[in-house]
Amino acid sequence: MNDEGTAHIEVRDLALAYGDRVVQEGLNFSIARGEVFIIMGGSGCGKSSLMKAMTGLLRPSAGDVWYEGQPYWAGDEQQRQEIRQRCGVLFQSGALWSSLTLAENVALPMRHRTRLSEAQIEELCAWRLALVGLRGFEDYYPNELSGGMRKRAGLARAMALDPEILYFDEPSAGLDPVSARLLDDLILELSASLGTTIVVVTHDLASIFAIAGRALYLDAGSRTQLALGEPAALREHCEHAAVRAFLSREATVPADAGETG
Amino acid sequence: MTQHGENETPADEARVEARIDGGKLTLTISGDWLLASQPPGREALLAMIREAGDVHEVGFSCDRLGRWDAALLVPLQALQEAVQQAGVQLDDDGLPEGARRLLRLAATVRERSDVRRVREHDNIIVRIGNATLEALAAGRELARFMGELSFSAGRLVTGRAVFERRDLLLFLEQTGANALPIVSLIAFLTGVIFAFVGVMQLQRFGAGIYVADLVAIGMVREMAAIMTGIILAGRSGAAFAAQLGTMKINEEIDALRTLGISPMDYLVLPRAIALVLMMPLLTIYAALLGLVGGAVVSITMLDISLVQYLAQARSAVGLNSVFAGLLKALVYGVMIAISGCQQGLACGGSAMAVGQATTSAVVMSVLLIVISASALTVIYTVFGI
Ligand SMILES: Nc1ncnc2c1ncn2[C@@H]1O[C@H](COP(=O)(O)OP(=O)(O)O)[C@@H](O)[C@H]1O
Ligand SMILES: [Mg+2]
Repeated sequence: MNDEGTAHIEVRDLALAYGDRVVQEGLNFSIARGEVFIIMGGSGCGKSSLMKAMTGLLRPSAGDVWYEGQPYWAGDEQQRQEIRQRCGVLFQSGALWSSLTLAENVALPMRHRTRLSEAQIEELCAWRLALVGLRGFEDYYPNELSGGMRKRAGLARAMALDPEILYFDEPSAGLDPVSARLLDDLILELSASLGTTIVVVTHDLASIFAIAGRALYLDAGSRTQLALGEPAALREHCEHAAVRAFLSREATVPADAGETG
Repeated sequence: MTQHGENETPADEARVEARIDGGKLTLTISGDWLLASQPPGREALLAMIREAGDVHEVGFSCDRLGRWDAALLVPLQALQEAVQQAGVQLDDDGLPEGARRLLRLAATVRERSDVRRVREHDNIIVRIGNATLEALAAGRELARFMGELSFSAGRLVTGRAVFERRDLLLFLEQTGANALPIVSLIAFLTGVIFAFVGVMQLQRFGAGIYVADLVAIGMVREMAAIMTGIILAGRSGAAFAAQLGTMKINEEIDALRTLGISPMDYLVLPRAIALVLMMPLLTIYAALLGLVGGAVVSITMLDISLVQYLAQARSAVGLNSVFAGLLKALVYGVMIAISGCQQGLACGGSAMAVGQATTSAVVMSVLLIVISASALTVIYTVFGI
């Protein structure tokens, strides 16, 4: 998929640990520009930790994440800042700033990271909120909105700096199936229209099959990646029973998956 | 939203030209439309529509359009709305695929007429009026809270109040034992200051020994309780407001309510009990340390012994003074508990609101302490305590 030139994001020999406790190790994969990439696995296998290492929130214990051939963690602070600015992140619960209105939430990154005028910023806020279906909610505070609306507002904020890469942590968590589906569709539509590279962390099967990009399976037992490929193909033909079981929602985890959790 | 070009060439100037052809207005968009290069805005496009006058269709030609981002989409969205309002046909086939999809996406969710808020700028009179109404509402809220708390206390007496023993012990430790160092320091220094001022004045009349009376009466009746009250307002009142405010934001308080557990009993009572028990104890301790401070100053500056000082101090304070001081301490404890817990439970939904609740809790505690101090002093005088 990414034979031409360097990959947009490349993870090499990455290991994640909290103190002495290794969460994942030996992670190797690359993501092409414009690709929709899924990181999946059971709860607690280290999906969020991997995303944190990719977005600069958690220093890996070994290995590095390369953005267009530039190592993130080996770079200096200025290079990191420059890379971070090209990434937008939607956090699991939206993580909107609670004392700011939606418009102020979306405007904050633009105020501090661009030289746009106030009038331009106001127009752009309205446009981005309209894109995520929140037209007219500029002056609402996050706690006056439903969970789904907060997620979408978080998406508008994540897009504020026109990122080349968007990260999503459990976008469907806490949403009803219909809202979750609408959010997945929105993510796909935005990526198709904008050409944004998208990385989605999720354990939600409905989302995984709806998004249907290439998917990476992280295993909690063996603490490494087990499989990489299209979810539908993995469900039928993956050599690891644990992956097939996960994707077909089977309760009995085979013995070789080891302890989970 | 840049359509990422490989090379960073300087931007071609963004232009838009209008051509009318048999009732159809075609906008020819060319150049690079990037936020950084300030292309024509919505006003420019809307003006073109107005100038065009009577047309039945609007279309686009984008053959020479270079790179683009939201700078192209914001004016196009405004245009799309204006055109639709005028009942004119919009033909978006000429737009780039991505732009077309995004514009359709933005148009799918129509704005409900009732959502948008009007930002109001009130004049000074309206603001004063609103502030007064808010103050009255806050007073009512406080009275309601006190009422609820007394019902809760009633349930405590009849043994029907539900809360954790463990919580109570924790709060006793936090409000009482953990406050000892700061209470010691402040009480000791208050005694020192009292005695120092007293020595300077009384020595002139050769009445130096009465410094012991001054320190003893001052500490026992007033200062020990008020100092301890202010310390606990800052320590525990603020902590309670922050704890309860954060719990409110996380819906932890709603969770208790749905289980049929009264937040008043479960959260407020143990905190209030801890304060009401610890305030008098800490006050006794503070009064003693104040006397020690006074003794140090008196013995070093005057020609009196520790025994003389203690005898004089004992003769100055009767049991009624001790009672007066302890009653004040008890009342202050209730005031701090009420302010801290009420502000915490009334907290709004944001991180900022927790900060405000904490600030108000401390301000209100100190205010209530001073008001009740004055009220009690008047009552004591009337009844000759
Ligand atoms: N801040 C932290 N400190 C210590 N351990 C953590 C921390 N965050 C996560 N973990 C542990 O790392 C493992 C992976 O967590 P996480 O990446 O959140 O999993 P996932 O997102 O896949 O559910 C879990 O076992 C969790 O207990
Ligand atoms: Mg997670």
